[in-house]
Amino acid sequence: MKFSDFVNTKAIKAGLGAETKEAVIAEMLRALVDVGQIADDDTESILNAILKREELGSTGIGRGVAVPHTKHPSVDRLVGMVGVSDQGVDFDSLDGEKVQLFFLLISPPDRPGDHLRALENISRQLRDNTFCRFLKQSKSAADIQQLLEEADNNQFVS
Amino acid sequence: MTEEKASRTVTVMNPQGLHARPVDMFVKLANQFTSNIEIIKEGERVDGKSILSVLTLAAEQGTRLSIEATGHDANAALDALAALVASGFAEEKNLNPQ
Repeated sequence: MKFSDFVNTKAIKAGLGAETKEAVIAEMLRALVDVGQIADDDTESILNAILKREELGSTGIGRGVAVPHTKHPSVDRLVGMVGVSDQGVDFDSLDGEKVQLFFLLISPPDRPGDHLRALENISRQLRDNTFCRFLKQSKSAADIQQLLEEADNNQFVS
Repeated sequence: MTEEKASRTVTVMNPQGLHARPVDMFVKLANQFTSNIEIIKEGERVDGKSILSVLTLAAEQGTRLSIEATGHDANAALDALAALVASGFAEEKNLNPQ
């Protein structure tokens, strides 16, 4: 699976302003609402589900990366959103580092395979130091989109 | 002290496969041992102590994995890790966010 298969490019956000876990997730959901990817009425329920998942263990998987996610019946295909924070957000990460790179995933309840393949793609690309560093330095949504495209074209890992 | 090298084949039991939380549990457990731990899936070999690496396996339910350990506590590590995978990470019964 490639980024282009699940990331809504219109919702990509550089310069996330939020400084807490809840606020940054809400900020990303807001971006998905703004482009019509999810309904405004569903955001509270999605936010609560994502936070409930975080309570089981942070999805801050290290290297300044988090993959907040949930299943939700309001989506019929995997919905992904990428956001970058310049200052980083305290996300209770497994390695204690602040999180700068967010890959938010909302999956239909019956599609665990797609979720796994999205995680596989995200983790494979982020193992590359250059990709990780460039993403953290992104100043615009266009920068991020270009990096994701380059990653999809295997320009970072073989 | 002698180094042991051992391997064990396990099957992913939980319906959701090795997503973030099971991988986190696996890697935390692996890091409690001094042995080097690797996981092999269809010839692809990854570091069993790295979350990002294990996530790249995208191991679905039913996937067979080989866990390889090298070090002084290799067999103890394999016993613990194989038991964790076989238990299905004790998760799907109570984890059902919507």
